[in-house]
Amino acid sequence: MGEPAERLEGRHVAADGSAAAARLRLVIVGHVDHGKSTLIGRLLYDTGSLPDGKYEQLVAVAARRGVPFEFANVTDALQAERDQNVTIDTTQIGFRTARRPCVLIDAPGHKEFLKNMVTGAAGADAAIVVVDAHDGVREQSRRHALLLKLLGIGQVAVAVNKMDLAGFDAGLFDRVAAEYTAFLATLGLTPVAVVPVSARDGDNVAGPSGRMPWYGGPTIADVIDGFTVPGPAAGGPLRLAVQAIYRFDRRRIVAGRLESGTLRVGDRLLFLPSGKQSRVRSIEEWSAPVRHAATAGETVGLTLTDELFLGRGEVACTLEDTPSRTARFSARLFWLGRRPFVAGQRYTFKLATQEFTGEAVTLSAAVDASTLEPVAGMETPQLAAGEIGEVTIRTHRPVVVDPYGRVPALGRFVVQDGLEVCGGGIVLESDEPAAAMAPVAAHLTRSHGLVSREAREARLGHRGAVVWFTGLSGAGKSTLARALERELFARGRQVCVLDGDNVRLGLNADLGFSDEDRAENIRRVAEVARLFAEQGTIVITAFISPFRSDRLRARAILQRDGLDLPFVEVYLSTPLEVCATRDPKQLYARARAGEIPAFTGVSAPFEPPDQAELVLDTSRRSPEEATLELAGYLEPRIEIR
Amino acid sequence: MDDHLRALEHESIYVLREAFGKIQRLGMLWSIGKDSTVLMWLARKAFFGHVPFPLVHIDTTYKIPSMIEYRDRVVREWGLQLVVGRNDAALAAGATFPNGRLSRVECCSLLKTDALRGVIDRHGFTGLIVGVRRDEEPTRAKERYFSPRDETMAWDVADQPPEFWNQFKTDFAPGTHVRIHPLLHWTELDVWTYIARESIPVIPLYFDDGTGQRYRSLGCAPCTGRIASTARTVPEIVAELRATTAPERAGRAQDQESEAAFEQLRRDGYM
Repeated sequence: MGEPAERLEGRHVAADGSAAAARLRLVIVGHVDHGKSTLIGRLLYDTGSLPDGKYEQLVAVAARRGVPFEFANVTDALQAERDQNVTIDTTQIGFRTARRPCVLIDAPGHKEFLKNMVTGAAGADAAIVVVDAHDGVREQSRRHALLLKLLGIGQVAVAVNKMDLAGFDAGLFDRVAAEYTAFLATLGLTPVAVVPVSARDGDNVAGPSGRMPWYGGPTIADVIDGFTVPGPAAGGPLRLAVQAIYRFDRRRIVAGRLESGTLRVGDRLLFLPSGKQSRVRSIEEWSAPVRHAATAGETVGLTLTDELFLGRGEVACTLEDTPSRTARFSARLFWLGRRPFVAGQRYTFKLATQEFTGEAVTLSAAVDASTLEPVAGMETPQLAAGEIGEVTIRTHRPVVVDPYGRVPALGRFVVQDGLEVCGGGIVLESDEPAAAMAPVAAHLTRSHGLVSREAREARLGHRGAVVWFTGLSGAGKSTLARALERELFARGRQVCVLDGDNVRLGLNADLGFSDEDRAENIRRVAEVARLFAEQGTIVITAFISPFRSDRLRARAILQRDGLDLPFVEVYLSTPLEVCATRDPKQLYARARAGEIPAFTGVSAPFEPPDQAELVLDTSRRSPEEATLELAGYLEPRIEIR
Repeated sequence: MDDHLRALEHESIYVLREAFGKIQRLGMLWSIGKDSTVLMWLARKAFFGHVPFPLVHIDTTYKIPSMIEYRDRVVREWGLQLVVGRNDAALAAGATFPNGRLSRVECCSLLKTDALRGVIDRHGFTGLIVGVRRDEEPTRAKERYFSPRDETMAWDVADQPPEFWNQFKTDFAPGTHVRIHPLLHWTELDVWTYIARESIPVIPLYFDDGTGQRYRSLGCAPCTGRIASTARTVPEIVAELRATTAPERAGRAQDQESEAAFEQLRRDGYM
């Protein structure tokens, strides 16, 4: 596509060089009817931020309907909201203080509309909690503060409202302020100010009040000007969440958002969970000058020096500072769904651009349901809407996470129940970087025997290793595995075969052929292979192992804790037609007849490896040739160092 | 990330890429106005110079004539795919406001909302990118980036999906579609400041043509008024907006018909 802008009657002007002041996003929360929308309406009116004619229009509408004018009507745009004087959905409205532009976010206070409150509050930089002086600290006053804390909003102020109805009583104000401040302290929140206001009349909103001479603190407008706008984390560890891979104009572009850190052309990137590596060749941008660096918050398009097969959900980082690649992490979770969140039930999780399934293997309430104060370790089978819990999530695939406190964008996720987003959570901690899977039980210690690995190797005359065959059914895995075992045994090597069917007849008799069960099957085999290899045995495995991620995990298991034994992935690339013709177990015939569901190559996918140590097509080689080639490859790698 | 406009630009690009990746049949509404023109520009940024989905223009036949000329020229020069939606039945029956047969709101409902419904059905769109902004009017302030519409195109404003942490509702029941609003957080001033910064061409109707008047918001000729203004360049518009407190859509007569009329239009599927 050309660049026809010049030919259209565009008015070419010098770009407006003045960088706009950072816009503060401020959410107003609190219990229903405590006066959030009224406070917003008043702030807009008193700072001259309402559009021309809006105030007069609303006054006239109220008069026509025979109801008193309410400042809340400024933001309660929906007919139902005006009829019932309750905010249903969150809304946002721009406004200016003397210092800078702001966006005010009105969040509903009614329990029923909690998901709308979260929608409004999640994007805020700071919050004002409105508490009715007379009604005092109520359920949603507490719940909203809990959610603010979970949503990562640390800048909080309190407006004690309706002081006009409380006779501007300093004693009452002090009691409410003390009670609420004490509650916030249990959450680790300290308000920057507690302001007595009458939102209806404007006392201490945009200007000081003459009716509360006992108060010498800031007004709401002062408080707003004191909040800071946090910038994106340009100095944090490099994390690029891959959103999509595009092919435009013969370029292969990795598109994603830099969630943290700074990226430069020439940087070496590690992609997780796949483990692939490459360098940044260029940063691509249309209609913009050539760039050599990008910083947190930017959506970027990269070309790499290697043609990697990558997909959405990969996270790029540097080799020095990686997130965790794990199948298990602990999290704090808030639930908004009509149906409860149930431990052990499968849900879909979305974390940055990753989407995965998993379930809670532990669940405990994080907050007492009646007092809403934090509690520790009360096990519970489920969470209802509005409840907050601590969970351990087990995922069905390795995922890439950071603790929320370290990289927020990779430490927070939403939970989907069916088609609906029903909750969210923040990652508290996860495994060591790139670990395969953490143990269920805590307080485990690895024990070490008195016979060293070196001593075993010296006796055997070689090191342990894992030879991992992968390929379609009928590709020749079992045949070659047995032939290689016999060849190595004849050469005096300690060797064994872990065969697919044999393992499924015993150790893995509880597993079927779903994606999850296949993953678990491979995980167990890899763990067993590791145990043998550590003792000096050359372990040969013969499993279809169709998923790339499972094989990567097997490799990670063998290399865990710095174990440096060879892992030799052998891909038998024998064509499907040849495998189906061989069909030693008559499986293809049965699969095509529909008797075997999810049969690899027929009705289930096989993901070929792109970095296998060896690729062999057994339709082009005799088993004898292939065996000798394999043994020849292996021998130098198992020599004692 | 140096400033506020760049943050908005990148957020919009992210939303556009999410829409393109997640929605099967995607189209982008293009009203010829400044907002949807900026949206098209952002799409080219998101997709490295390309607009990889069709543009949809709802033609009421009452548009200000130079809008259609401008539309066809841009489509030709930028090599865009254009789909035009029109409610031919209503037009043939003469059931319109300018004919004196309908109210303004009823006319919008037939010539815009119903025409849009027809285009969605005919092309099987499951997602439409629309350039609405929160600061335009109060019901739009309650929108989401990804906003579901049911089988009848209705918007259930009181029961919208939660949307936070850049996770959007992208899974839908069959028969429904989603509106995607990448410009949701932009203001009118942001749009013009960005047009200035990027030198984005816009239709000249926005500028004073020597009569001391210009359009601030574009729509159908019978229902869209001009404002008194001598702004003849983008920077002059930016300067004018910094000073004004008049609402953007003051010249759009259908908004003013009754207190809740516009809310009803939007609930029924109006853009």
